[in-house]
Amino acid sequence: MNFSTILGIWIAATLTIAILSFLYRDNPLYKFAEHLYVGVSVAYWVIYAAKFTMEQMVVNVFADNWQAFLETGSATAFLEAWILVIPTALGFLMLTRWFGPRVGWLSRWPIAFTIGRGAGLGITGSIQGILLPQVQATFLPLWTPDLWQVVANLLLFIGVISTIIYFYFSRPHKGLLGGVSRVGITFIMVSFGAAFGYTVMSRVSLLIGRLYFLVYDWIVGTVDFFKALL
Amino acid sequence: MVLAYLLSVIFTQPVVTMEAEAIQPVALRPVANLKAKDTPNDAGQSIDLSWELSPDSARVKRYEVYRAESAKGPFEKIVEFLVPTTAYTDADTLLRNKKDYYYRVDVVGELESRASSEIAGPVQAKPEWFNTNRIPVLVFAVVYGLLLILYIEFAKRDREMFVRRIAGLDAIDEAVGRSTEMGKPILFSFGIGYLTDVATLAALSILRRVARRAAEYETRILVPNYDPIVMTAAQETVKQAFSEAGRPDLYQEGDITFLTADQFGYAAGVNGIMLREKPGTVFLQGVFYAEALILAETAHSVGAIQIAGTNMATQLPFFIAACDYTLIGEELFAASAYLDRDPQLLGSLKSEDIAKLITVGLIVVVSVVGTIGAVLTSVSGESGILRSLTEFFNSGFERLVSFLTTS
Repeated sequence: MNFSTILGIWIAATLTIAILSFLYRDNPLYKFAEHLYVGVSVAYWVIYAAKFTMEQMVVNVFADNWQAFLETGSATAFLEAWILVIPTALGFLMLTRWFGPRVGWLSRWPIAFTIGRGAGLGITGSIQGILLPQVQATFLPLWTPDLWQVVANLLLFIGVISTIIYFYFSRPHKGLLGGVSRVGITFIMVSFGAAFGYTVMSRVSLLIGRLYFLVYDWIVGTVDFFKALL
Repeated sequence: MVLAYLLSVIFTQPVVTMEAEAIQPVALRPVANLKAKDTPNDAGQSIDLSWELSPDSARVKRYEVYRAESAKGPFEKIVEFLVPTTAYTDADTLLRNKKDYYYRVDVVGELESRASSEIAGPVQAKPEWFNTNRIPVLVFAVVYGLLLILYIEFAKRDREMFVRRIAGLDAIDEAVGRSTEMGKPILFSFGIGYLTDVATLAALSILRRVARRAAEYETRILVPNYDPIVMTAAQETVKQAFSEAGRPDLYQEGDITFLTADQFGYAAGVNGIMLREKPGTVFLQGVFYAEALILAETAHSVGAIQIAGTNMATQLPFFIAACDYTLIGEELFAASAYLDRDPQLLGSLKSEDIAKLITVGLIVVVSVVGTIGAVLTSVSGESGILRSLTEFFNSGFERLVSFLTTS
C-alpha cells in the first residue's frame, strides 16, 4: 500500500465519521462534510453536463454530421446536424430567466415542452410497461390440479382486484366497496411490510460494508502501512 | 504373456491404420429451408433469419452465418454458434435500410468439413410506421382518451363531482397552519425526480396549494431542488400561487434553490437545511429512492409534521413508518383534482376510475373463462359437447391473454 492510497483511505474514513457524527447531533464536522459533499457533487455534475451533454451530444454530433454533409452531401447528415438546433435553442430559452420578466417568460416554453413530452411518453410507457403486463399476469385460471397453485392464483386475483378498488375515488368506501378496499389496503400493507424488511436488510448490509471499511481498510490498513514503513 | 503382448501389438497395428484412414472429412448435409425476412414491427436495420437444422446436426461442431451484398459474394461471416441454432436476428449497426442483402448458413464438422446452405435473398431491412404488437396499447389509449373527453365534459357541467376523502391532502391546510403558529418555515422536497416523472408533475400541483396557503398565512416556503428544470417549474408554481393569494410581494425566488444533482449530496443538503431552519412542516412529494428514510427521519428529529407522497413502491413503507400522512401512489396523482376541483383534472380522475373498473371487469371475465376451461379440462372426456366447450373456453382464454402481449 503506497502513501497516496493510505491518504485516500484517511480522507474517506474522516468524511465517513463526519457524516456518521450526525447520529449524535448537528455539529461543525458534519456541516463541513455536508458542504463539501454538496459542493463537490455540484462541481461534478456541472463538468458532467458540459463534457457529456454539451460537448458529446451537441457539439461533437453537430460537427461530425456537418463534416459528413460537407464530404458526402448526405441530406440525412444535414438534418441530423441541424435538428440539434431545436434542443439547443430550448436550452438557451431556459437562460432567459436571468434577464428579468420582460424576456423571462420565454423560459416557460422549454418547461412546457418537457412537461408535455414527459406526460405523453408517460401515458404510453405506463400502459405498455406496467398496466398491460400486470393485467396479463393476473389472467389466471382459478382452478388447477395443483392445490397450492390454486391458492397462489386466488391470492393474486383477489389482491390485484381489491387493490385497484382501494384506489377507486368516485364513490365513498362504504358497504361492499369499503370491505373490498379494506382487503386491498391489507394486501398493500403486507407487501409494504415485506418491502420494508427487504430494504432494511440491504441497508444493514451497506452499513456493514462501511464499518468493514473503517475497521479493515482504515485501522488495519494504517497499522500495516506503518509496519511496512518501519 | 510376452507372446500375447507381441500378438496384440501385431494385430492391433493394422486396425489403427484403418482408423487413421477412416478419419477423413465426412460430408455433411447443410441446413435446410433458410429464410431471411425483414424484422417486423421495428425501426429498421434488422433482418430475421431462420433455418432447419442439418440432418447431421449430431456431427456439426458449429453453425456460421454469412452475409453479402451480392448473391455472388463476397460473403462475410457475421456470427457463429457452437450449439444447434435455428434462428438469428441480424441487427448489425452496419446494416442499411432498403438495401439488398444475401445470407448463407454453413455447418462445420470435424476436420473443418463444411456444407453451405442455399443462399437466401435478396432481402431488405425496412422500418415500419406501426408496431402491430402494440395495438393493445393503442386500444387502451383510445378508450382512455375517449373516456377522458367524456368525463371532462361531465365535470364542466357538474363541478361538485364526488371524490372520496384523502386524509393526507385534507391535512395540508392544518400542516401549513401549524408552521404559521410556530413561526417556522415550510420545507417542500420533490425528491430526486425530473419534470418528466408523473409523480413530480403531481407534486407540483400540491406545491401550488401549499404555496397559496403559505402566502395567505405569510409563511416562508423553502424548496431545495435536485433538478434545475424542476427548480424552474417550482419557482413558476410558487410565484403564481403567491400571486393568486394576492401576496406577490412575499415571493422570494432565493427560497426555491438548486442544491445538487447527486442523490446523497441532495439528501445531505436537505438534511442540513432541516437542521438549521427547523421547518414546522415538511412535504416530501414526488420521486424518492434511498434518501427517503434519511429525509423523513431528519424531519421527524426536528419535530416537523410530515406529509409524504410518492409512487415509488419501495420507498412507501418508509414514508408510512416515519411520516404523519402518506399519499400512496394513485392518491398522489389524484391530488391535483382533489385540491383544485378543476373540471379537466376532475374529468381525468373520473375517467381513470372508469378505466380501473374496466380493468377489473376484464380480469374477472378472462379469469372466469380460464377457470371454466380448466374445470372442464379436468372433467371432460374424449368426445361430446363437453370437449367442444372445453376447447372453446381454453382457446378463448389463450386468445385473450395473447392479445395483451406487447413488445
